[in-house]
Amino acid sequence: MWFDAAVTFRRTGAALAAATLLLSLAACGDDSDSGSDSGSGAGAGSDTTLTVYAAASLTQTFQAIGQEFEAAHDGVSVEFSFGGSSDLVAQLQQGAPADVFASADQANMDKLTADDLQADDPQPFATNTLEIATPPDNPAGISSFADLAGDGVKVVVCAPEVPCGAATVKAEEATGVTLSPVSEEQSVTDVLGKVTSGEADAGLVYVTDVEAAGDDVTGVPFPESADIVNTYPIVALKDSDHADLAQAFVDLVLSDQGQGILEEAGFAQP
Amino acid sequence: MLLPLVAIVARVDWAHFGSLITSESSRAAFWLSLKTSAASTALCVVFGVPMALVLARSDLPGLGALRSLVLLPLVLPPVVGGLALLYTFGRRGLLGSELDALGLQIAFTTVAVVLAQTFVALPFLVVSLEGSLRTAGQRYEVVAASLGAGPTTVFRRITLPLVLPGLLSGAVLSFARSLGEFGATITFAGSLQGRTRTLPLEIYLQRETDPDAAVALALVLVVVAVLVIGLARQTRSAL
Repeated sequence: MWFDAAVTFRRTGAALAAATLLLSLAACGDDSDSGSDSGSGAGAGSDTTLTVYAAASLTQTFQAIGQEFEAAHDGVSVEFSFGGSSDLVAQLQQGAPADVFASADQANMDKLTADDLQADDPQPFATNTLEIATPPDNPAGISSFADLAGDGVKVVVCAPEVPCGAATVKAEEATGVTLSPVSEEQSVTDVLGKVTSGEADAGLVYVTDVEAAGDDVTGVPFPESADIVNTYPIVALKDSDHADLAQAFVDLVLSDQGQGILEEAGFAQP
Repeated sequence: MLLPLVAIVARVDWAHFGSLITSESSRAAFWLSLKTSAASTALCVVFGVPMALVLARSDLPGLGALRSLVLLPLVLPPVVGGLALLYTFGRRGLLGSELDALGLQIAFTTVAVVLAQTFVALPFLVVSLEGSLRTAGQRYEVVAASLGAGPTTVFRRITLPLVLPGLLSGAVLSFARSLGEFGATITFAGSLQGRTRTLPLEIYLQRETDPDAAVALALVLVVVAVLVIGLARQTRSAL
């Protein structure tokens, strides 16, 4: 009885192991074209993968820059890990293998340099400012920052602990308007979600987020935002196995070509 | 199973443990979590007991489909559950205009937290209780009824005592599941201290600025869950 069970167990185990092996092999085989169908550059014969950790708000622009990079460097494919800057830093501090890091704010880049993980000095490559986002029909009739504090207006902001929330606190100081938000979200994506679903009357996000959301939201600029500029730094990492390529990617982001892509998305130059 | 727990304990900054878990935001999250999980568990019992009775005792057609429906939140990613709730109870959801007319706005309130937790925890109670009801069988109930006991008496004196252990473990599982709920809560209820930011949401946010606090709170969450499960086992063996 127990013997039968052991055999079955062993067989199942072997089958599982085989399946796992097959899956991981299949996954490795897919590595060459990292999901994004660039149609140029990296094909099945690519042998170098450049791993870029970048803030979630850079998703669209960096993918475009990545495609340019692949087109210019034969046999190289760029893989991205997009997420909250602090999450990415935590992963890098735990030894996650990466070649380049682009942060949504200086504070998180400082965490990285405090651990001495950078290959060189971080370079500012873009800036971003806040803008009010409302559902397309702007149901609460928001036209200024002060309107956000109006009676019954449901405002969603980023929590002060995250970069967009720190900027929000500065905006409150600059305008002298104290908000009482119904929710303090974890990221601009979460804030936008509450606005596009119509659950919130307004949210505070970046200009680039309003741009990227297209017709799903209406942007309401406010003049005080010009004084609250969030700077994005980028750096090649010390533990990179492809130091030259990593630096080349950073250079591309800083070049006119990279800056053009960023500007189109609403980012300003530092 | 144990290794990740050991890893958490090993990462705790014991020197500051007390101050980390007694900060105002931690305390607010802790009490909110306990209160909303208790409320969710109560709702699970209210809705779950009739569901389990129907699944275990009736011979309705389509019972299998009904059971799959009840179990759906078990396999649904919590974020999807949150979206479903948003599209149901949200301002622009299916019931949004009706609720608005009644002056009820649920999203971003503590009620939304309780709803989200109930949604993901309900299957645990139903499955546990249905199992007990099936195991207990209906022999005693039939005998009691033939001796002249009314349906209410049968339920109170026979069915309930027989399935109480199952009900209890179902309630405990629901409570533990509610305590850990994250995805549905953040999607449907948002995150605001004292109102909708439960312990898991607080842990998620604390990682941004203070990983030590996040680890300390994670340990608190684990300890509470273990305590609840242990307490339930004791009560169960006493029954």
